[in-house]
Amino acid sequence: MKRVYPNKDFCIGCHICELACLTAHSKSQDLIIAYTEERTAEGLSPCKRVFERGAQCVAISCRHCDEPSCVAACISGALRKDPETGRTVYDEQKCVGCWSCLMACPYGAIRRHPLKAKIVKCDLCQGREAGPACVQACPNQALVYEER
Amino acid sequence: MLFRPVNNNYHDFVIDRDKDRCINCKVCVRQCSYEAHYWDENRQRVMHDNSKCVGCHRCEALCPTAALTIRKNPSEFRDNALWRPVFLKNIYKQADTGAVLLGAMGSPVDIPCYWDHLLLDASQVTNPSIDPLREPMELKTFLGSKPRSLEFATARDGSRRLKTKMPPQIELRYPIMFSAMSLGSINYNLHLAMARAAEETGICYNTGEGGLHKTLYRYGPNTIVQVASGRFGVHRDYINAGVGIEIKIGQGAKPGIGGHLPGEKITAMVAETRMIPLGSDAISPAPHHDIYSIEDLLQLIYALKETSEYRLPVSVKVAAVHNVAAIVSGIVRAGADIVAIDGVRGGTGAAPCMIRDNVGIPIELAIASVDQRLRDEGIRSQASIVAAGGIRCSADAVKAIALGADAVYIGTAALVAVGCTLCARCYTGKCPWGIATNDPKLAKRQNPDLAARKLANLIRAWGHEMEEMLGGMGLNSIESLRGNRDKLRAVGLSREEMDILGVKHAGN
Repeated sequence: MKRVYPNKDFCIGCHICELACLTAHSKSQDLIIAYTEERTAEGLSPCKRVFERGAQCVAISCRHCDEPSCVAACISGALRKDPETGRTVYDEQKCVGCWSCLMACPYGAIRRHPLKAKIVKCDLCQGREAGPACVQACPNQALVYEER
Repeated sequence: MLFRPVNNNYHDFVIDRDKDRCINCKVCVRQCSYEAHYWDENRQRVMHDNSKCVGCHRCEALCPTAALTIRKNPSEFRDNALWRPVFLKNIYKQADTGAVLLGAMGSPVDIPCYWDHLLLDASQVTNPSIDPLREPMELKTFLGSKPRSLEFATARDGSRRLKTKMPPQIELRYPIMFSAMSLGSINYNLHLAMARAAEETGICYNTGEGGLHKTLYRYGPNTIVQVASGRFGVHRDYINAGVGIEIKIGQGAKPGIGGHLPGEKITAMVAETRMIPLGSDAISPAPHHDIYSIEDLLQLIYALKETSEYRLPVSVKVAAVHNVAAIVSGIVRAGADIVAIDGVRGGTGAAPCMIRDNVGIPIELAIASVDQRLRDEGIRSQASIVAAGGIRCSADAVKAIALGADAVYIGTAALVAVGCTLCARCYTGKCPWGIATNDPKLAKRQNPDLAARKLANLIRAWGHEMEEMLGGMGLNSIESLRGNRDKLRAVGLSREEMDILGVKHAGN
């Protein structure tokens, strides 16, 4: 399956991927409204995060693992592996906010929703025509969406 | 401003932040290597210090909400035709520092640009123009000494073969090469990108004086290695690594001046490649200490030819200065196969502003006078001429070739292709575009995949345009344009200038 792969050698730590993610998952689809209003009022947060240490930085999001620890850890069936697409799918309705998946994820790619007892996780921008927003926005092509 | 020199507010740029658009996302804060943007803890928002802005436009380019515009500082000194603001600001700066004014890239001063006063011809009625999309068009160029005449041998079966032994040539698919920019002055990512782009487009890039990184030897067929006064990274394998060797005598941006790459820029990779200690200053002397005459130059040319077993053409690069025609004549007689001439508008990573803006002559005049001199002396075919220094577009390149150049070097244009905005602060080592910096955090802003594609695109685009211009003139080969000054006409030039350029005025 196609996944988003970060290239830490050329990640410049601009965090534009986070902003693109935020916008793609917002109601308004407008960065200014998403960042200044939806983020504070509704707890809208990006599914990916840029980690930095010294000159190194890398944008991490759900790896959609072949054998995802989060799915094994999920107590409510909110996380499951879609056998067709290969994606690790999250159903917010079923999530009970136990944070087991956060503990289980070896990449730290799942985060808590800032306001609700829910999680925030990459869905590879499902349904977005141009593919994952972060990949499209990265100014240095440090994120690629491809089959490996 | 508090705690600062009193002239701190005479800065060049102001940052215009649209408050309706700025979301305080800090992208600008992270991108600005000069710390002009900062997060203000007290106000809990992004603020900026105009006095630190160098006008590189990195923040503006990356601002995700297009909230930023970089403008010239509208503050105006009292009009004075003689004491223009640049002179005042320079004096204030020097009064504070007591230091030489440093600059970078090509000279920004208004030295006459003859490309803008030369116009190309086109076919109308009396001779057919050629459509390069439908008919063959040749841009292929060979650099090197050409034999005076050719001899052929006829075999028994009547077939003929070339008997004359051809001197070594550099084959280029386009008459364009990437100028010498050393590893250290620009970083490895761009060296790799230039090498890849040169390979992809069938041209050459020049290593500059900083040696050749061991991982780049595989791009040898598209590499010209440079030997400069510092002799950095020069050894037998290096000399034999490429398809040509260039002795750098001078550079258009700073004729008569050596180079100084500060120790902070000498990272482990640069030190290894240059074969100098980590963190030591890399100083290129102003002259080659073994070249004080044409005869000395001859010795180095032949030392390099011996080292490369006469397989490779040797180029000599000089800055365009007052007696350039006589100097080049000497260089050709000393055995150079190629002479690269760098005009006064040539770029650099660092040069004293006074030198950059006041020393040298325009490349157009240099090319024309050198070509004429070598023709008059009957030695034009002994060497190819490469024009460098301020080639901004394919038309400039075409005009250079019509004036007598065989090919052109592009340095600044190549850097612009990968993002450079000519902010001319290369010497700080903090290039926000990740070009003239070895800081790992900044250098990775140049992804070689992306940069190589842009460079290759530029060469191909210029190639298409050159073909169009040639076709328009009814020529189907760049060879037919070389030194063909009849294809040029001058506008608004004096008799003297036209005489030197060897062109007629438009209308004639």
